[in-house]
Amino acid sequence: MPPLLEVRDLVKYFPVYSRGIFRKKIVGNVHAVDRISFTVNERETVGLVGESGCGKTTTGKLILYLEKPSSGQILFDGKDVVQTFSKGSKEEQLKLRRSMQMVFQNPYASLDPRMTVYDIISEPFKIHRHVPSNEWKDRVYKLLEMVGLEPYHAERYPHEFSGGQRQRICIARALAVEPRFIIADEPVSSLDVSIRAQILNLIMELQEKLGMSYLYISHDLSSVRQISQRVIVMYLGEIVEQAPTAKLFDNPVHPYTRALMSAVPIPDPKRKMNVIILPGEVPSPINPPPGCRFHPRCQYADQKCKEEKPSFSQVDVDHFVSCHYWHKFV
Amino acid sequence: MNLLEIENLKTYFFTEAGVVKAVDDVTLSVERGCTVGLVGESGSGKSVTAQSVLRIVPRPGKIIGGKILFNGEDLLLKKEEEMRKYRGKKISLIFQDPTSSLNPLFTIGSQLADIVIEHEKLKKDEALDRVVKALRIVKLPDPEHAIYQYPHQFSGGMKQRICIARALLLNPELLFADEPTTNLDVTIQAQIIALLKDLQREFGMTLVMITHDMGIVAEMCKYVVVLYAGNVMESGSIEEIFERPHPYTEALLKAVPRLDETRKLISIPGNIPNLIDPPSGCRFHPRCQYAIDVCKERKPPLEDVGNSHFISCHRWRELQGGR
Repeated sequence: MPPLLEVRDLVKYFPVYSRGIFRKKIVGNVHAVDRISFTVNERETVGLVGESGCGKTTTGKLILYLEKPSSGQILFDGKDVVQTFSKGSKEEQLKLRRSMQMVFQNPYASLDPRMTVYDIISEPFKIHRHVPSNEWKDRVYKLLEMVGLEPYHAERYPHEFSGGQRQRICIARALAVEPRFIIADEPVSSLDVSIRAQILNLIMELQEKLGMSYLYISHDLSSVRQISQRVIVMYLGEIVEQAPTAKLFDNPVHPYTRALMSAVPIPDPKRKMNVIILPGEVPSPINPPPGCRFHPRCQYADQKCKEEKPSFSQVDVDHFVSCHYWHKFV
Repeated sequence: MNLLEIENLKTYFFTEAGVVKAVDDVTLSVERGCTVGLVGESGSGKSVTAQSVLRIVPRPGKIIGGKILFNGEDLLLKKEEEMRKYRGKKISLIFQDPTSSLNPLFTIGSQLADIVIEHEKLKKDEALDRVVKALRIVKLPDPEHAIYQYPHQFSGGMKQRICIARALLLNPELLFADEPTTNLDVTIQAQIIALLKDLQREFGMTLVMITHDMGIVAEMCKYVVVLYAGNVMESGSIEEIFERPHPYTEALLKAVPRLDETRKLISIPGNIPNLIDPPSGCRFHPRCQYAIDVCKERKPPLEDVGNSHFISCHRWRELQGGR
């Protein structure tokens, strides 16, 4: 079966301008996303992890054409996303928008404070006209029920809700167009610890019920492990490793993935961490290091890593890594 | 004698909507030379507790009762001028957001040196020497040069190092770290945790780590105090708390995903209560799976259950028996 979403050599550069009195000059590019390729299958949750500035959110935005890719291809169900949004007819664009939705990180900023919950959730009906107006009310109630809210919540305004409830509203809004694919960008990181599990469980239940696919973007490896079937690790705009969840967590082979995992504190006093402390910080994406981008922080790096960019090697079925010396870690 | 003893502390916020009981009857103690975790979610009162100790609770907040004994002396009875000798010098604080706690208009050297000049009446160049030394302790690269730079020239992790250096400038006896790694990436968090552990070991510093992350607690702390909605749920050694937890702590541990295993997450129903009108009895009862009538009616006392483990729960003993 062909994948639902296929991303091929996706690139996004943001130009950096010098400040001048008369005109701006481009002095460089932020290499936000640099030639990444991956797929998301039907009914699958793919986790996209990395630290701030690694390009994970930009990737999500590019897929939905909220940012324009510099180059590369995005195929959704065989359809070219970039072509459709740049040259396609209005109808085609709407149709594609209906199949892909996003849930944002901050539920305090992504709901219009002047709209009631009813208005928020029914707005997609106005735009897409896929539900006759006499059924709107029932639909809104049904969506509210689906995300664990009550019908009487429909008449309220966002400020009357807590963070977790707001995130439920955001999810209901995304579901209103019956999408096949949802990008969830850090949907729980702004929520309290005791509320996170509620939302993570909801996201998983909805997938079982409705059968959509997710791209789950997060910096939190623990929640990625919980929710994803496959995981992609990004560093400085590039994919460094991807594998099915169990394989990645049991046997990470890229030195960056290994360091990242070792740095997560485990809530168990008997298991002391064995942290691989990475020296320094993520370098500037304006002038990314040559060769392997991770080499300045990698304890195993040698001359080859400085000069030659590693290509993807297959470690196992579906397990790919971009490192010259991955053999050492198997 | 413990370095810090807080007894029945009450800090309320008198807002227009009503009185918010942010810290309500909090009792805890911090042993000298230990790392103590103060754990709780937002609104649990963990930051307000730290602010109360330093008496820097923002308006409309007010400490309305209790005792804060530091080295046996009640800080709540001190005059404002006397308090200024404690802040920064004996008790210090690291904030969550390093960016907003450094002044963007002054160089690192000048804003840190000001503290030393104010408290120890040193000359500017002597003060700068002290700053360089402190920056070296927190492993900021090239401190001689860094003192002439401005905060925006540093990354988040480096700014947090500078904030830690600032907190250590006057060799405080007690250091509060209020979610010092929440805004940082995991790999940078690991660096900061390692740094704090080193400092604690080397200087025998007493550290109170305020956090919501049970992982950080397990990694760093010897003792833990668990707060929920302004009340202490339990306090005790790290082993005790993970082995025989309060129902709230237990629920919290089951609700967080773990890196080392996949399992079904058991979520805690409901939301964090509104502290203007907190639940009666035990404040956790509306969300507690073990709650019975008495939990609704009476507030459970903080009881010593052995091994210096203190628990505020009507049913804990009975539940332990059944386990």
